[in-house]
Amino acid sequence: MSEHTDNGVHVSSVRLLLVVWVALIIGTYLTVTATYFDLGSLNIWIGLAIATAKAVLVALYYMHLRWDRPFNGFIFLTAFLFLGIFVGIALMDTAQYQDTLIPGFATAVGSAASDG
Amino acid sequence: MTSHSESHHDPHLAHHFESPAQQYQSARLGMWVFLVTEILFFGGLFCAYAVYRANHPEIFIFGHHFLDKGLGAFNTVVLICSSLTIAWAVRAAQLKQIRILKLMISLTLVCAFTFLGVKYVEYSHKWHAGLLWARSYAPQVDHGDGDHGATPESVQMAAPAGGESAAGATAAPAQPAPATAATPDHSNIAPAATGPAGLAVEAAGGGDEVVAEPKNAQTFFSIYFLMTGLHGIHVLGGIGAMFWLLFCARRGDFDTGHFTKVDMVALYWHLVDLIWIYLFLLLYLIH
Repeated sequence: MSEHTDNGVHVSSVRLLLVVWVALIIGTYLTVTATYFDLGSLNIWIGLAIATAKAVLVALYYMHLRWDRPFNGFIFLTAFLFLGIFVGIALMDTAQYQDTLIPGFATAVGSAASDG
Repeated sequence: MTSHSESHHDPHLAHHFESPAQQYQSARLGMWVFLVTEILFFGGLFCAYAVYRANHPEIFIFGHHFLDKGLGAFNTVVLICSSLTIAWAVRAAQLKQIRILKLMISLTLVCAFTFLGVKYVEYSHKWHAGLLWARSYAPQVDHGDGDHGATPESVQMAAPAGGESAAGATAAPAQPAPATAATPDHSNIAPAATGPAGLAVEAAGGGDEVVAEPKNAQTFFSIYFLMTGLHGIHVLGGIGAMFWLLFCARRGDFDTGHFTKVDMVALYWHLVDLIWIYLFLLLYLIH
């Protein structure tokens, strides 16, 4: 587990790579299985939580973020910070317009969410 | 120049770096910044997805019935396997195991081509069924009379075994209901000959799910093709980068343990995998 190159860069053991791979496959299985249960609006959040757990595994172990400089991890996280600002404010904005839409030309936010 | 030739010279060390370690860390820093731009690049499409889905969830619930969950899950597993092999390739490059390195890059390439092959199957199904983006959206189904105003029989033919399906309940937008058409159980919208046959694999198992085609259903396919298309282009780019790595390995670039190139391609490839994890969830697994 603690092999290193001449530069002191961490070398992942084969065992670690395989363990992460198994975890990712299990995560995929869980994501697919979760869609067969109707949990209403909770479904998407459970799905996103599992997907994010998989993403964290890939980033920490396959992308070596765990042994990387913390600054690189910080840079990576800023991407999601700005993505959150971008998507979050866009959603807030579009929600604000729902009251002013002409009926019949668009569905209000969430009104059809219980269809599926 | 004199000071340079006097000092011990690592052929891989560029002049403007203090040490190989510093050079490596700079490469990694640059790569992470690049990956951030990639995430924000895809972020525009994720934002479009979020806004459209928040406003028109019915379009996404309708559209996802035409995606094959099984193929999507298969491609997810293929990409996870490719992530394993490219991570293993980095380890091999670090330990100067050139044969394992070449094997792992080749396996990653096999996974990448498998992914694109499955994607080709999915795209061509949608192409033939007319499930395309924006104004190209013209869903069609093969049946005898080839005209609007389908009979219940032709609707039954269009529907996969299992009875009620998204295809069976599909209605033509902007088509006034002909008085002669039979009315489906849960809707007074006339069934029309617009349901793609055999694609609604998932709906049959749903049982009580009958989804009428909502207005602007093409929005889903526009977003689907844009997101998976941009991702597919990234897979193509990754394939090119891995052929380049194989070429470098042949040339002996990695014999000295200089593994930065492999590491950078691996970081890129992992990001492509990460984005697919979310695409699979958001496009195929809509509930």
